[in-house]
Amino acid sequence: MAAHLSYGRVNLNILREAARKELREFLDKCAGSKAIVWDEYLTGPFGLIAQYSLLKEHEVEKMFTLKSGRLPSADVKNIIFFVRPRLELMDIIAENVFSEDKMHSPRDFHILFVPRRSMLCEQRLKEQGVLASFINIDEYILDLIPYDGDLLSMEYESAFRECYLENDQTSLYHTAKGLMTLQALYGTIPQIYGKGECARHVANMMLRMKREFAGSQNQILPVFDTLLLLDRNVDLLTPLATQLTYEGLIDEIYGITNGYVKLPPEKFAQKKQGEASKDLPTEPKKLQLNSAEELYAEIRDKNFNAVGAALSKKAKIISAAFEERHNAKTVGEIKQFVSQLPHMQAARSSLANHTSIAELIKDITSTVCFWGHLGVCASLVSASEAFFDNLTVEQEFMTGVDTDKVNTYIEDCVAQKDPLIKILRLVSMQSVCNNGLKQKVLDYYKREILQTYGYEHILTLNNLEKAGLLKLQSSSRNNYPTIRKTLKLWMEDANEQNPNDISYVYSGYAPLSVRLTQVLARPGWRSIEEVLKMLPGPHFEERQQLPAGLHKKRQQGENRTTLVFFLGGVSYAEIAALRFLSQMEDSGMEYIIATTKLLNGTTWIKSLMDRPESQSS
Amino acid sequence: MAFITANWNPLGEAFYRKTELYEMCWNLRDGLRDCLVAAAPYGGPIALLREPVRRSPSSRPQLEIYSASGVAIASFPWKSGPVVQLGWTVSDELLCIQEDGSVLIYDLFGSFKRHFSMGQEVMQSQVLEAKVFHSPYGTGVAIVTASSRFTLATNIDDLKLRRLPEVPGNTWSAGEVCRGILMSNGPELYILDTTSCTAVVPPGLGPQAGSIVHMSVSFSYKYLALFTDTGHMWTGSSHLQDKMSEVDTKKTTPPKQMVWCRRPKSQQPSVVLMWDRLLMVAGVSHDTIQFPLEDPCVLIGELDGVRIISSANQELLQEVPLVCQEIFKIASMAPGALLLEAHREYQKSSQKADEYLREIKEQSMLGEAVRQCVEAAGHEYDSNTQKSLLRAASFGKCFLTDFSPEAFVSTCRELRVLNAVRERGVGLPLTHTQLVYRQFYPLAIEVCRYLKIPDYQGVSRVLKHWASCKVQQKDLSDEAIARAVCVKVGDSPGVSYSHIAAKAYECGRPELAIKLLDFEARSGEQVPLLLKMKRSQLALSKAVESGDTDLVYTVVTYLKSEMNRGDFFMTLRNQPVALSLYRQFCKLQEQETLKDLYNQDDDHQELANYYVTASYREKRLESRLSLLQTAVDEYNKAKNEFSAKATEEEMRLLRFQRKLDDEKGAGLLGLSLQATMEALLALGLHKQAEQLYRDFRVPDKRFWWLKLKSLAEKEEWEELEKFSKSKKSPIGYLAFVEVCMKSNNKPEAKKYVSKVTPEQRVKAHLAVGDLEGAADAAIERKSDSELAAVLARCPASDRQLLDRLNRAAAAAAKK
Repeated sequence: MAAHLSYGRVNLNILREAARKELREFLDKCAGSKAIVWDEYLTGPFGLIAQYSLLKEHEVEKMFTLKSGRLPSADVKNIIFFVRPRLELMDIIAENVFSEDKMHSPRDFHILFVPRRSMLCEQRLKEQGVLASFINIDEYILDLIPYDGDLLSMEYESAFRECYLENDQTSLYHTAKGLMTLQALYGTIPQIYGKGECARHVANMMLRMKREFAGSQNQILPVFDTLLLLDRNVDLLTPLATQLTYEGLIDEIYGITNGYVKLPPEKFAQKKQGEASKDLPTEPKKLQLNSAEELYAEIRDKNFNAVGAALSKKAKIISAAFEERHNAKTVGEIKQFVSQLPHMQAARSSLANHTSIAELIKDITSTVCFWGHLGVCASLVSASEAFFDNLTVEQEFMTGVDTDKVNTYIEDCVAQKDPLIKILRLVSMQSVCNNGLKQKVLDYYKREILQTYGYEHILTLNNLEKAGLLKLQSSSRNNYPTIRKTLKLWMEDANEQNPNDISYVYSGYAPLSVRLTQVLARPGWRSIEEVLKMLPGPHFEERQQLPAGLHKKRQQGENRTTLVFFLGGVSYAEIAALRFLSQMEDSGMEYIIATTKLLNGTTWIKSLMDRPESQSS
Repeated sequence: MAFITANWNPLGEAFYRKTELYEMCWNLRDGLRDCLVAAAPYGGPIALLREPVRRSPSSRPQLEIYSASGVAIASFPWKSGPVVQLGWTVSDELLCIQEDGSVLIYDLFGSFKRHFSMGQEVMQSQVLEAKVFHSPYGTGVAIVTASSRFTLATNIDDLKLRRLPEVPGNTWSAGEVCRGILMSNGPELYILDTTSCTAVVPPGLGPQAGSIVHMSVSFSYKYLALFTDTGHMWTGSSHLQDKMSEVDTKKTTPPKQMVWCRRPKSQQPSVVLMWDRLLMVAGVSHDTIQFPLEDPCVLIGELDGVRIISSANQELLQEVPLVCQEIFKIASMAPGALLLEAHREYQKSSQKADEYLREIKEQSMLGEAVRQCVEAAGHEYDSNTQKSLLRAASFGKCFLTDFSPEAFVSTCRELRVLNAVRERGVGLPLTHTQLVYRQFYPLAIEVCRYLKIPDYQGVSRVLKHWASCKVQQKDLSDEAIARAVCVKVGDSPGVSYSHIAAKAYECGRPELAIKLLDFEARSGEQVPLLLKMKRSQLALSKAVESGDTDLVYTVVTYLKSEMNRGDFFMTLRNQPVALSLYRQFCKLQEQETLKDLYNQDDDHQELANYYVTASYREKRLESRLSLLQTAVDEYNKAKNEFSAKATEEEMRLLRFQRKLDDEKGAGLLGLSLQATMEALLALGLHKQAEQLYRDFRVPDKRFWWLKLKSLAEKEEWEELEKFSKSKKSPIGYLAFVEVCMKSNNKPEAKKYVSKVTPEQRVKAHLAVGDLEGAADAAIERKSDSELAAVLARCPASDRQLLDRLNRAAAAAAKK
């Protein structure tokens, strides 16, 4: 069911199984039939751990969404609330419980806090006078959720905002706890590297937790050799740039949530012969995206410009496979062919889906008719032109062209009332690439934004300044060019079809975060001390003692494994770049990626906005 | 050795054996008659209350506690009320359940710990029967009153009383704790839980079987046995889905006790029933084993059998483990049996040893033979039998090359420990924890070290328990105890100093507690106790140190209720982490407090933001403006000139909008400046729009775009042309072309093509669909990218144009 989690170097299914086991144990504690009342935010992440069938096996008969008022009637013995530990949710629960008491058949109440029990919340329930109504109050420690064979996320949406705007380190505590759980399952990680304030804090907490449990020595042979903790604010630039990998673009344009994407249905209409296409589906098409799908695993991390060729190659292979039936003469051959049919049909429908998605994306992105051979012709539509212009400006910023003056394209976009988030992304990018903007330029942009989109956005602008995305140039020296050159952040001749460097994921720009990771593996951070000093926060190295006998005896040519943890979020393009590094033959390193949240520039900026509901789209 | 099977009794496929464990050390004058007896499982201690029902108010029954071998541990006269039931908790504490529903808790050594009540209503109608049971939650208590009301507490350490609904007919005949309360009333069986009383039917038990008068659940809660007044015993799974067997015991009186007797991997679970003079083992088959009884006995269900305690001795009745059967069964040819035989012959220096060995090796079963002997040794009680089995295993091992000695070594080790603790003086406690609770500290530590139990599970726990007792010694000074504890415990992994400190505090020694807390490495652990001891400042810094934000919140809420506001704020000020968390809390819950916090810190920037946010919550314009004015003042104090000015602008705009709304009913209030101008233009209020443009110093470019779009939308083409000529367009003229095309007005668009700068001319021509023009412009500019753009649009039919373009492209490329 979740086989794709176990394909990788590290079997992340162990983590999932551990989570499932714990869930089953909790459900069995509440004997009898039950209904679950969900904190809506949790349903997505839970879907990755357990399907409804598992819940059903354990007598879960009904599911409701948590909302105020009276609970829907259900003839069950137990009502279980699955909630995050948040005060506002406690008030709703209290309301639910109160209105329940008036009815005649009482049901047993339970609470399952995800990911952690909170005294504050229990106190609130007590104040509300309902704490005693709960038979069980438990916690379900679900910090790191496996999203794919090499990807873990906490899906903690507000982590970046909390850390950098509000000085609230709750997410970091959960991160440290999550890493302890991970180490309990996969062995102590002997080496920890980090860059940034939050990274330092997490490492400190981990080391403290280890001390506190001294003696409970972990006897598991370490799976990970290294842990690298990276603050998102060390690399503010990368998520701002438009991702150009297939998966990255799907996320940029349609948004991927908990491994699913919702797409406009038109291109997915079932074209059956003789059937009039009168009833086009109106519901968005929902597709699951992960490496369990062979074709997707193959193309997800390619630069979008290389996806067309890959799809047409696949189309040829599949149709050739179907042609095989003509060669099948003997009964045995036919039997063999038939046995392969389901697999082939799955491949064919997967190909159809991705061809449709690629067409959708291409309509928006492409100005060049590289798609012709699939029978689709590109046309010069304004959406694609806008995309192209936007990209051009991004690339100018990243290469340091005219970053110190007001940019006409941004001005035009404001005048055209393009979405505010797009403007904020571009202005922030310019600011980051120029190590801050001159007072005049910054004020100009800010005024333009306030006058066009409304003065309420002054709060958002203040937030962006606090997070360092918008900045007043303080020192006269702009150190971005030095960073760019030392870390080779811009590669002129990025090869999109057959990449030889990570810069292919942004068609030229090599994500800073991933470069830092790459340099750490070889030749080591000592070679870039100067640049590291220019980036915010301390960099450090810690070692965790392993019990004797657990030191790995490495086979010749065996790769090392690094867990890269992005505190504050990571983009799909960065993940693609790390996967590319894992696959490079001479890198000698495999990467597993973990993060507080999977994000892109839009969702990221959104999380930093105040009153985003009044924002014009 | 031949008579090892002498005490085996066949029952169906399996054998049962009754082994004597001890001759009891105790000397009970009246035997077990008229006694309440409770023995803890896992060879735990035995509690005895003589004559619980007082003959006269002045007579005091005696409560006695013995080890499993009958060594006296404690004895004292019972001064409290009449006791209905005794029971042991999972941590070997004695529960005495009284008639009035109160439950008194004593430790193993008979000292009183605490008490709790099973509810007020029990006071009136006394407890008729009670049961102590163990579940994943801990130790629970169930009672039933004379008026047939059941009350349940699943965990006495986290007491939640659950009064169960009334039972049908208000009467019952037998009860058991299993998935709630299982209860019978005549032939009917019910499951009683917090919400309802549900009738259930055991599969295959007809009404003709009679009334259920006794029932019993197995040690693992998986199986259920029912006994009816016709002498039938039904067994099945406890979820009542399968039946295992039904046996006619031919006894019509209900048994005094009925206990399951099975072992993990049991071949056939069976039930032991006890009457006054008879003990019967009944199982799946229709046979039974019967033992006569001379003395009154008590049965204790264990994980792997049943202990039978009488005044004279103690026996263990269990199913003979399969591996022992295979080895010792008469004429057995199992590899283990042959190996044992081979070793015996070898000791006699007989060549038969070789024959036996050969036979095992021919079947390549030697490994299996060794494994069997080792395993069987672990199951035997008699140390001579253990020895001969282990010697045989060791002998067999010599002929194996790559056999892992691990099982052999650990079995030897475990047996030595088990034999040591089975010594009469100690009395059968099986696990090291039980050793610890009995305060055999040195022995317990030795056992832990010997068994190589990891420190944090073994020695540390022993030390913790020792230290907890140590702090209760009243004759020693705080200093002396703290030093003694520190020396012994040091920084042994996994020892919780806060646990020890809590014990000290419980005994009324707060100073000692503080001293001990200092040694605690886990800051989080210290917090609850520090709060309890009212050391809140210290608690706060420890909470911050732990990184656990929930803990910080907890201390902060506590502080808030304990301190006056000024002190509270001052305390927070010294703890920035706590302060930011409290701010977060206020943002969601107490906006007013948030303001006070910013005020206290002179954080003008945040104050200003606060007022801006607040202004949006206001409906009336005046209050909104006044809040914004406060924001302006705060921004100024924060030296944030830009924000101050922007906010002033906002106020100006609001006033303007209000004025126009009043005058013209334009509905502008709340729109952005841009949207306001847009609306004004749409309404034809050009003058007012221009006024805003000047007053708010809107950049030309943006205003031109705005006006251009607005005019095109309203199709005021003449106005547009006039506008285009008013001065040189700051946005160029391509914009005019494109906007006209968007409104599908090609002729108008064409008017502006000639005005477009040369750089954009190709684009302009293309936009209006003039290929020739585009081609001319591109050829003139000799730009290959532009040529390519035109080429891409050029239809294949227009050969002439294609040729021209291709030639130009070739020329451009050459250059």
